[in-house]
Amino acid sequence: MVKINGENLDIAGKSVSDYLNLAGYDLMRVAVELNGDIVPKWRYAETVFNEDDSVEVVSFVGGG
Amino acid sequence: MILSKNEWIGWLNDRHGVELQNKVSATTVGICGLGGLGSNIAIALAQAGIGKLVLIDFDKVDISNLHRQQYKISQIGMYKTEALRHNLKEINPYLETQIHTICINEHNVKELLGDCDIICEAFDNAECKAMLTNLVLEEMPDKYIVAASGMAGMGSANSIHTRKVSKKFYLCGDEISDVSKGIGLVSTRVMICAAHQAHTVLRLIADEFEV
Repeated sequence: MVKINGENLDIAGKSVSDYLNLAGYDLMRVAVELNGDIVPKWRYAETVFNEDDSVEVVSFVGGG
Repeated sequence: MILSKNEWIGWLNDRHGVELQNKVSATTVGICGLGGLGSNIAIALAQAGIGKLVLIDFDKVDISNLHRQQYKISQIGMYKTEALRHNLKEINPYLETQIHTICINEHNVKELLGDCDIICEAFDNAECKAMLTNLVLEEMPDKYIVAASGMAGMGSANSIHTRKVSKKFYLCGDEISDVSKGIGLVSTRVMICAAHQAHTVLRLIADEFEV
């Protein structure tokens, strides 16, 4: 299981890109942290989730 | 009235304590975007006696800004960097400022924000918010970033919160209310979010890292 924003999901083996597209995120609006470290956008396709990873996806909305 | 630097620091020391005030006075904060969030963050930190602010925005004061941003009718047409610096100096003449009337991008981010201890993301555009947050966390991992997402509309004031996303990344807002949904921006909710950001900055300076 991979913990994403506090929720356990069965997505070990999927890449960051795969997951973000599947979940319907706008890639231009997100920041992704994997086990406390930022994942650079150019590494989304090659970064694969492992069992017990902890992931935070922040999806920004407009206004300020 | 002319307030001497000793008098000004004396008042701050009385209220914040000498130990904390010394830290606040020694801190440099970068504010990226000087709209509803950034102008309010800057005012709050100037009042708290922050040492130095690096103020960045490419835009000019417009009549559509006055309902939530810290500018005056007389400042319409001025660059926000210059107008805000003027307003801040009226509050705290001993505040050190550095202004950059420019767009931040991946090529200039390190040069613009290299001297900052803490960076506030205060843009209004969601893609720009994400771009800056990613850049700071990737390129300058020693710095704190305090970002904002979700303060549009008339939702409850209590839905706006501060969240520690990771060691160096704090996020303020309700994380949902998107201005693009046509719900507008009201000064109260924007100020609450800006106050969350400014307060997070002060807590980091005070070595209070949890929210």
